[in-house]
Amino acid sequence: MTGSTILRARGLTRRYGWDSGLVRAVDDVDLDVPAGQALAVMGPSGCGKSTLLHLLGGLQRPTGGQVWLAGHRIDTMSERALARLRRDTVGFVFQAFHLMDELTAVENVELAALLAGQSPRRARRRALHLLDRVGLADRATHLPSALSGGQRQRVAIARALSNEPLVVLADEPTGNLDSAATLDVLRLFEELRTAGQTLVMVTHDARIAAVADRVIAMRDGAFADDSQLVSATGTGHRGWR
Amino acid sequence: MKGVPWVQDVVLAMLAKEPTHGYELRSRMRDALGPLGEAMNAGQIYVTLGRLAKAGLVTSERAEGLPDRPDRRVYALTPAGQQRVGAWLTEVSWPKPDLSEFHLKLVAAAAARLADPVALVDAQRREVLRRLRDAQRAALDRSVDPVAALLLEGVVLRLRADLEWLEACERMWTECDRTGWKAGA
Repeated sequence: MTGSTILRARGLTRRYGWDSGLVRAVDDVDLDVPAGQALAVMGPSGCGKSTLLHLLGGLQRPTGGQVWLAGHRIDTMSERALARLRRDTVGFVFQAFHLMDELTAVENVELAALLAGQSPRRARRRALHLLDRVGLADRATHLPSALSGGQRQRVAIARALSNEPLVVLADEPTGNLDSAATLDVLRLFEELRTAGQTLVMVTHDARIAAVADRVIAMRDGAFADDSQLVSATGTGHRGWR
Repeated sequence: MKGVPWVQDVVLAMLAKEPTHGYELRSRMRDALGPLGEAMNAGQIYVTLGRLAKAGLVTSERAEGLPDRPDRRVYALTPAGQQRVGAWLTEVSWPKPDLSEFHLKLVAAAAARLADPVALVDAQRREVLRRLRDAQRAALDRSVDPVAALLLEGVVLRLRADLEWLEACERMWTECDRTGWKAGA
């Protein structure tokens, strides 16, 4: 395991049910995600891509194989240690945002930092900075119910970044958004990629996949195609601008 | 389909399965194209076969006991013809004005077991994704002039439509692979 590999999986498998009802949601997958890579996993619904993301982020346990996050083997890790590792290294973005309805935008963003024991003042300063970064400085004191879907997802992205994660894991981040809001989210992911943030995005939206440096096509729980998207300009993956 | 440059490639690929009569080639192409194949005329296949023979890509043999007419001859690939078929199958240029070429490439590849159609779709998807990525990055740049961005938006929309069609191709050919579909069977 090299220091620059953020995620590693070997023979990763997750099955549901048994006998004729057996479903191989993730079937013997090997994967290495180096630091700074923006990876998209594409496939039709039911191909196992969400399960894969949950296994990589330690939200679900595999039924077979091994998975390492930031150099730590997590499939055998205790629940408590895994929760701490997740908090320190992973930012999650979900299709349905998963914001706390009772908390304002800034309170949602600072929550993780407060739970991690940061001072309220420092947590607030960082949360406001992140909201500014996602273009929502003027919405900091709004409740999620007062925000549009696109704005809620941007708050969720700010929250995902609050612990300065080694990797951001996103599950259909544009799945609930109209096309204007999708553009805002695409722009944010593009900025994250340019800044060198390690990203793993699972999606059936080609626009999200087109943000990535590398695209894996997933079918029936396995990888069918794995390709680096080299830019036509030939200037390399950081050379667009 | 008059004057379509890829007809030569399609005819060659359809011959890769086995030596074939011209009329058989024509009916295979019509079957593969469905309603779009109605406009194809019989003479064109023979003109194309004649050109391919002149270029040394096909040879033909007269069938025994029948009058020597182009439609009675059996055509076969030469080694040079085989080479050209291989090059055409792996070429991933996109977009072309007509999707029929790519469609027929998949049909011919499957019929002659020359290549896995799903792998050809994968290669094509990589190419289209790469183009989408470049166009989208340009379109997301706020400093782009809005009128110039309009063109980029059009490019992005077309590439997304291409990707949707490639997904449909992948589903169909994966299914055909499972059920053992054969061209002209």
